[in-house]
Amino acid sequence: MSTQTKDVLRLATIGSVDDGKSTLIGRLLVDTRQLFDDQLDAVAAASERRGVGDLDLSFVTDGLRAEREQGITIDVAYRYAATPTRKFIIADCPGHVQYTRNMATGASTADLALAVVDVAAGLKEQTRRHLCIAALLGVRNLIVAVNKMDKVEWSQEAFQRVSDQVHSASQELGFASCEVIPVSALNGDNVVDRTSASSWYSGPSVLEALETTHAGDPETNSQGARLPIQWVLRQNGGGRTYAGMVNGGTFHVGDTVTLLPAGIETTISALRLGGSERSEAYAGLSADIDLAAETDAGRGDMIACAPLPTVTREFDATICWFGERPMSAGQRLRLKHTTKSTPARVVSLDGLVDIEHLTVASADGLSVNQIGIAKIACADALVVDDYQVNRATGSFVLVDEVSNATVAAGMIGRPSFL
Amino acid sequence: MVSPNPTLTNHLDILESHAMFILREVAAECERPVLLFSGGKDSAVLLHLAAKAFAPQQLPFPIMHVDTGQNFDEVLQYRDWAANHYGARLIIASVQESIDQGRVADPGPMGSRNRLQSVTLLDAITANKFDAAFGGARRDEDKARAKERILSFRDSFGQWDPKAQRPELWNLYQGRVNSGEHLRAFPLSDWTELDIWQYIEREQMELPSIYFAHQREVIFRDGMWLAVGRFIEPQPTETIENKVVRFRTVGDANCTGAVISSAATLADIVAEVSVANVSERGATRADDKFSETAMEDRKREGYF
Repeated sequence: MSTQTKDVLRLATIGSVDDGKSTLIGRLLVDTRQLFDDQLDAVAAASERRGVGDLDLSFVTDGLRAEREQGITIDVAYRYAATPTRKFIIADCPGHVQYTRNMATGASTADLALAVVDVAAGLKEQTRRHLCIAALLGVRNLIVAVNKMDKVEWSQEAFQRVSDQVHSASQELGFASCEVIPVSALNGDNVVDRTSASSWYSGPSVLEALETTHAGDPETNSQGARLPIQWVLRQNGGGRTYAGMVNGGTFHVGDTVTLLPAGIETTISALRLGGSERSEAYAGLSADIDLAAETDAGRGDMIACAPLPTVTREFDATICWFGERPMSAGQRLRLKHTTKSTPARVVSLDGLVDIEHLTVASADGLSVNQIGIAKIACADALVVDDYQVNRATGSFVLVDEVSNATVAAGMIGRPSFL
Repeated sequence: MVSPNPTLTNHLDILESHAMFILREVAAECERPVLLFSGGKDSAVLLHLAAKAFAPQQLPFPIMHVDTGQNFDEVLQYRDWAANHYGARLIIASVQESIDQGRVADPGPMGSRNRLQSVTLLDAITANKFDAAFGGARRDEDKARAKERILSFRDSFGQWDPKAQRPELWNLYQGRVNSGEHLRAFPLSDWTELDIWQYIEREQMELPSIYFAHQREVIFRDGMWLAVGRFIEPQPTETIENKVVRFRTVGDANCTGAVISSAATLADIVAEVSVANVSERGATRADDKFSETAMEDRKREGYF
């Protein structure tokens, strides 16, 4: 891969209710002209109908009837923006604790978190909680917009106070980068264009920071390429091709690979993307791989380059519990990991994470929206990496066998800050 | 002005790969999937991606057209051509039959059949025991769609509950449903209108001819240019004009507006779309203009 930044950057917005998160995204979209005239007209009409001023920018992303009635974000809204350098996929995440599952949904695929903090209120508990969940979900890079600077007359002192809080939290949670920017989302200052109001600030605007960040660049996560087999394509001549999405690194034709869990070593004889022959396939691409050895591998098996993942039936994991009924030791669930599903059991619940103090205490059960450390056993062997090394091969979901609801998100291992 | 760069196209590999991943994942986990195919550009891209995802094998699922009986002829021709070209088994679910059987009321020749499609669609899903239906919907089209999961659960009444969506983390698409329930799967969720056109251009795909600029007799009604023909008869007060137009979306002929455009090639259309200042639905669809939450309300009832 080149040293160019990614063509597509996925980001998740986080922050507490009323700090102006949806307004910031609305402003970002309006000022980069991502919104069409008729969409803006619709926002203006809705604002007027609900008596909230000329143009309530949060209506740009709060699209559900209940959200507009209650003035809150319930679920993730996905928005798209493109500038001459990059395309952005923006997951605008809800702030309320009861919608943590939705925030986690948005953050799980994000390369970067864009947090919004009200300069007058400082770093609230809910925002800390969200930063913690983002860090837990492996988001390594952070941009923080310190918002409502117009209300404190662009006081550098007020900004510095919040900036210090943010940097200390970021350090504690192990973020690799943290850019803190003073903004007024309402007026658009430092969102797309820099403002003259903050003569003491010489850093980038939010958009400039988003356009230049190296978050999620492929070369920063080359820890051994993996391809969990999704589908076996039978070639007309009788050969077998393994199809799936590459993660964790880059595969090349001629690479020595190991087929797991069988442990068969072979080489890649051909590689295709969307039907055309290629010499390499990097993370995020769906590749069709031909192997030199004849094998009977199928869905749920994995093709991997060194350093190899682990084959195991039992592991420790960090669990975000979403089920209405608490999770407890002994519980049986269905587990989905990469392209494999297996019956699984909670062997033991080894701790409840205190998000405020980043400590682990003992507990009998995990309630909805709580995070814990547990030992999980599976009926079938899984091919896993630690989540901190590889998000795709280190993650799983737990499914209720009766309702089929997704009741938990799991990450193999535990984060460094716990 | 910040505008997207039409030469930035490596992102198409990422979007294509993600869509193929979703197609394969649902095909592997569900018993009886179906791909909803309208003959429009989005479902054309979806079918093209599905053919790629399973080549050289046949598609492991049929495609289904919910036919309102008010389609443009060019779109029906394209539908039949595409089914044949991609070797797909085509099922046609007819709104006219739903009307004839008394499942829905006939809105009359000028009435919209848009909302009626949900009944025909859900009946066909039940009759064929489909447990997953691929759709070409994109999140950039509408604010309710912007909120929907890639795998979107439907209860046994076909309803979407936007307040209780399943968590959907990473690329772990969880497709388990009980009997009578089903999933909608949207592999193009993260594509924008510009992405679709750039991809069609890159792949040199065929499309219905009405997407490209052509001469047509139109009348101006309700803020839209409507094609004069079987479904639109001019009122005495309306003037027939001869314009060079194209269609930005393809819906029913009685409620889909044309746009004044000279874009005759895929490259012209990519250039036009990258500087457009009205959304495709705002420009061309009367069915979305009813209320602030028209799409959410229809989706709750089982709409695409």
